[in-house]
Amino acid sequence: MSEVLAVCACALAALSGLPGLFSSRNGRAGERMACSLIAVAGIAGVSAAVLAFVAPSPEGISQRWAVPGGALQVRVDGLSAMFLGQIFFISILGAIYGLGYWPQAAHRENGRKLRLFYGLLTAGIGLLIIAGNSVLFLVGWEVMALAAFLTVTTEDEKPEVRQAGYLYLCTTRAGTLCLFALFALLFGATGRMDFDTHGVDARGPVGTAIFLLALSGFGLKAGLMPLHIWLPPAHASAPTHVSALMSGVLIKTGIYALARVAAGFEHPPLWWGGMLLSLGTASAVLGVAFAIGQHDVKRLLAYHSVENIGIMCMGLGLALIGRASGHPDLVLLGLAGALLHVWNHGLFKALLFLGAGSVIHGTGTREMDRLGGLLKRMPGTALLFLVGAVAICGLPPLNGFVSELLVYLGLYRGAAARDGRWWIATSFAAPALALVGALALACFAKAFGAIFLGEPRSEDADLAHEAPRTMLGPMIALAACCVLIGLAPALVAPALDSAAAAWGVSTPLTAAAPLGKITLAAVLLLAALGFTAAALVSRIRGSRAAPTWDCGYAAPTARMQYTSSSFAQMLVGLFAFALRPREQAPRLMGPFPAAATYHGEVPDAVLDRILLPFVRATANAFESLRFIQRGNVQAYLGYILLTLVLLLVWK
Amino acid sequence: MNLHTLLLDVVHVAVLLLVPPFLLGVINKTKAAFAGRVGPPYLQPYYDLVKLWRKGSVFSTSTSWVFKAGPVVGFATAVLAGLLLPVAGHAPLSFEGDAILFAYLFALGRFFTVAAALDTGSAFEGMGSAREATFSSLAEPALFFGLLVLGRLARSLSLEVMLTGGHWPPRSAASLVLVMAALFIVLLAENSRIPFDDPNTHLELTMIHEVMVLDHGGPALGTILYGASLKLFIFAALVVGIALPDLGNPWMSLGALLTGVLAVAVAIGVVESLMARLRLVHVPSLLIAACLLSGFGIVLLAR
Repeated sequence: MSEVLAVCACALAALSGLPGLFSSRNGRAGERMACSLIAVAGIAGVSAAVLAFVAPSPEGISQRWAVPGGALQVRVDGLSAMFLGQIFFISILGAIYGLGYWPQAAHRENGRKLRLFYGLLTAGIGLLIIAGNSVLFLVGWEVMALAAFLTVTTEDEKPEVRQAGYLYLCTTRAGTLCLFALFALLFGATGRMDFDTHGVDARGPVGTAIFLLALSGFGLKAGLMPLHIWLPPAHASAPTHVSALMSGVLIKTGIYALARVAAGFEHPPLWWGGMLLSLGTASAVLGVAFAIGQHDVKRLLAYHSVENIGIMCMGLGLALIGRASGHPDLVLLGLAGALLHVWNHGLFKALLFLGAGSVIHGTGTREMDRLGGLLKRMPGTALLFLVGAVAICGLPPLNGFVSELLVYLGLYRGAAARDGRWWIATSFAAPALALVGALALACFAKAFGAIFLGEPRSEDADLAHEAPRTMLGPMIALAACCVLIGLAPALVAPALDSAAAAWGVSTPLTAAAPLGKITLAAVLLLAALGFTAAALVSRIRGSRAAPTWDCGYAAPTARMQYTSSSFAQMLVGLFAFALRPREQAPRLMGPFPAAATYHGEVPDAVLDRILLPFVRATANAFESLRFIQRGNVQAYLGYILLTLVLLLVWK
Repeated sequence: MNLHTLLLDVVHVAVLLLVPPFLLGVINKTKAAFAGRVGPPYLQPYYDLVKLWRKGSVFSTSTSWVFKAGPVVGFATAVLAGLLLPVAGHAPLSFEGDAILFAYLFALGRFFTVAAALDTGSAFEGMGSAREATFSSLAEPALFFGLLVLGRLARSLSLEVMLTGGHWPPRSAASLVLVMAALFIVLLAENSRIPFDDPNTHLELTMIHEVMVLDHGGPALGTILYGASLKLFIFAALVVGIALPDLGNPWMSLGALLTGVLAVAVAIGVVESLMARLRLVHVPSLLIAACLLSGFGIVLLAR
């Protein structure tokens, strides 16, 4: 039943933008139609997920398909259901938000195109999550990749958007190449096309190749450092509700596929988990360090996706280590932590992106150094953004804390193990995660402070207006989910148990983690906050207001405030060995220096310092072979004929 | 829950709420003794808090509700963190993983303190908040390395078990000493004491925490100072708890803990009397040293 619902949801989502193509460019009918279709599809998709948790049907449905190796095989188990529910939930909210953020009336050229590909993107992700066959999975994967490219390049008249789109297209092609090799190897090893790795020898060369290919192919999509290069420009260039969908859902497909492929290996070698844990840790630390150096709020959020993907990979790595060393509690805590973080990150990152979108909508700029004082002008957006910021820093009493706590518990269980020496690896990951948490806090204190607090730094910010209800509504829904999971994590435990069953874990999460006590602590915290607030408010009622006391300076201006760049300066300096910031600082001479300007930025070090020089060097090295590339079709056909003949002779 | 635990919980809350300002009095007396002065009375911090609570206040026109949330969150998180710590051999709120909650509660307080400072739009407070955020992100790994050493020894991630378990193998002593040293450095950094920060200066470009609360006055400032003294007490109790053996009797544990906490306060006074504040550029080095100390604590456990 849930499979049928899920397929209907995907089909409806795929078609949602079509009616709009035939409606008028000026009317609102097209966008309302698309939004309602996505809403119906979303409700079907979410109910499919809920149904799969309540009444799982292990077989799924299967139909024959003429494509070689393909079968129309669909299944919704616990693992798929976790991701399926999230996709459709966030897709509905994004579509509603789009009504206010990207109205047809204001975007006559690209509004219809955007809605068509938005629906296709949702459908592609949904399809690959429920696919039980490699070919069907690849179809979903490619629909998703191309639809994402076409939504990212919605404003293709801007050169930076085109550039971001091409970069994304190149990396997603490279990732798909890895997947073709992966599925071919898997077919060779098992003789089936259902990407089930049960029975593959994990310690043999094929098993190793499968793991490394999965790590590269899915890691590229997830944005694991150093494969994250496409992510910041693509997230910054896409319309904001698409960024929310991409950051909240699309990149998680990499985590889903990694978890799915790894599930079949029952005795993986220890270095798999160790490698994933180290990569995840590096990704988390460097992702947040890069985020601190950004001025563009959307690029900042994009680097935080790299960080959070790192945390999920730490959880998955821990689960693999648990399997390799025979510690089922590590498997449960690592996997549950990673999967809950998938949900949580989807919720708070979508919330933050939508909040950033409201800021862009209200002020017309993404530069944090031009904003400020928006809390008074956009009180609703500010409060909702604050909820997202506290949640993403992993602070109690919100949802980010719960998933990070699960990962921490797993890391500490690993560090307390008495067999072998591998515990040292896990014990260095926990302080690294603490560093990540503290840096994320610094980063979001900076972002929230620079955007919403203090005085406006430009006229745009001064004249900002609050977002309409179609934009605030979806944000309220996301924030409510963040609070709910933070206060009552036991509610999601059955879903996590059901997803962990895909890895053969049977212990319930409530037995391994103190979920009830988290609720108690959260309630106590809220009570303490309420009591202190009531006491203070009753005492300061009727107090006077005056300008900020700026240490005796008589004429403070908004330009004297700390900006996001000045806030980040010390941390960027500490991480300069990895970030390689570019800075143009004037030298101030004499007692009355002339007016000067300062410019600082943190470009992507992997892209600018490693990848692009490497690509240029490769291109130069192959310059001598350019004579083969003649540019006429006859020559190319000749090459093909020649190759075929050679192959025939060889075999 | 029997009557005895209930009584212990009440005593716990009473100690947590009443003792902390006294530590500030002890620190000031110690510093005065080193300087050859009489110094303010031991109870002076209590008088100051009462005075501040009675005062009126002025709020900046730039600020919003976030500015008022700073003191509230800072105080409430400190109280809750105090409930996780065993004071009389037992913590009122205790579960597997509460050590993480303990650290993250202080982080929540820090987030809102920093946000409240940024809300004023003052360059001074921006400077202080940037420094606070930077330095505490370096202090955090040191704290977690320390918790990790205790967690491995106690096979639990609950502060109550970690601090009252008490039967560590003798060869773990070296690790524990390193962890205590690292946590003492973290204590000095997190509570803005010399050599990181000078609680007595208010208008210098080198300060961290004090500059963040420049615009708070009256009851709001009182709440901040009260919360800060709670934080000092809690960190001191954490450091002392590592050293204390399990005494079996809760009242003896309480007495030993309070004695130890007072000793830490005297130690802070001695450090403040004998050392100068570090130049700001050297602060990260000291914090990284604390991380390395507790990191070595883990490596020593691997023998």
